[in-house]
Amino acid sequence: MTLPEQISNYLKQFTVGIAGCGGLGSNCAVALARVGIGRLIIADFDIVTEQNLNRQYYFHDQIGRLKVHALRDNIQRINPDVVVKAFDMKLCVSDVIELFSGCNVIVEAFDKAEMKQMIIETVLTKMQPKPLVVGVGMAGWGKSTIIGARNSGNLFICGDEVSEVSDELPVLAPRVGMVANMQANEVLEILLKDFRPTN
Amino acid sequence: MKIILNNRNESLEADQLTINELLVVKNFTFKMLVVKVNGELVRRRDFDSTTVKDGDDVLVLHLITGG
Repeated sequence: MTLPEQISNYLKQFTVGIAGCGGLGSNCAVALARVGIGRLIIADFDIVTEQNLNRQYYFHDQIGRLKVHALRDNIQRINPDVVVKAFDMKLCVSDVIELFSGCNVIVEAFDKAEMKQMIIETVLTKMQPKPLVVGVGMAGWGKSTIIGARNSGNLFICGDEVSEVSDELPVLAPRVGMVANMQANEVLEILLKDFRPTN
Repeated sequence: MKIILNNRNESLEADQLTINELLVVKNFTFKMLVVKVNGELVRRRDFDSTTVKDGDDVLVLHLITGG
């Protein structure tokens, strides 16, 4: 087996939870699907709109569909071996615990700061030692080098930690894609910790 | 006191500070944030009763809308 095949084979054993399927969640899920993650548990309550298409991994002919269903289709067109469990719901504390307790890693991919706080507090107080990878600060354009990653125990933080979305500072494909792929990269670092390639 | 704040060494005048005092001193202004002291999450309702002392490792994360 080639090294990418070995990595894909190794990743089959793992499940990743994705909380939110907007700019962060859709792009992160696709990156993980491409490298061969075994299972993805995706959750979102929203539908695809035309305004989402400047940054989220959906297509024009998917406008009006539930994001979780559209994303499941897109993932399976890329890699049909990925098992996708899609949940059309707005997550609360008990949902986070129920849906994601079987995951090896959870990716926070919400839009609202309140929801980010909810999932961080839930995972840090009720689900330890579960790794949680959050995306914080990616609005606007340029400033590539202030985007970074750091961790505190099992909390992994990706983003610039300063750029909040506003009327003057929209979230656009390049920077949200950078942070989403950085989150996927942190997930890989966590999951491949004990991976040893064979010759 | 000397503490580690977001992975950086910080020297502060006071011998100890509550979380709320530390947030003011270090200019953390966002409403939504997460604080960990020595690896443990501190709930918002405990920001006035939890103190930061010499040698503590503190993480303050601003939660920013967008994603």
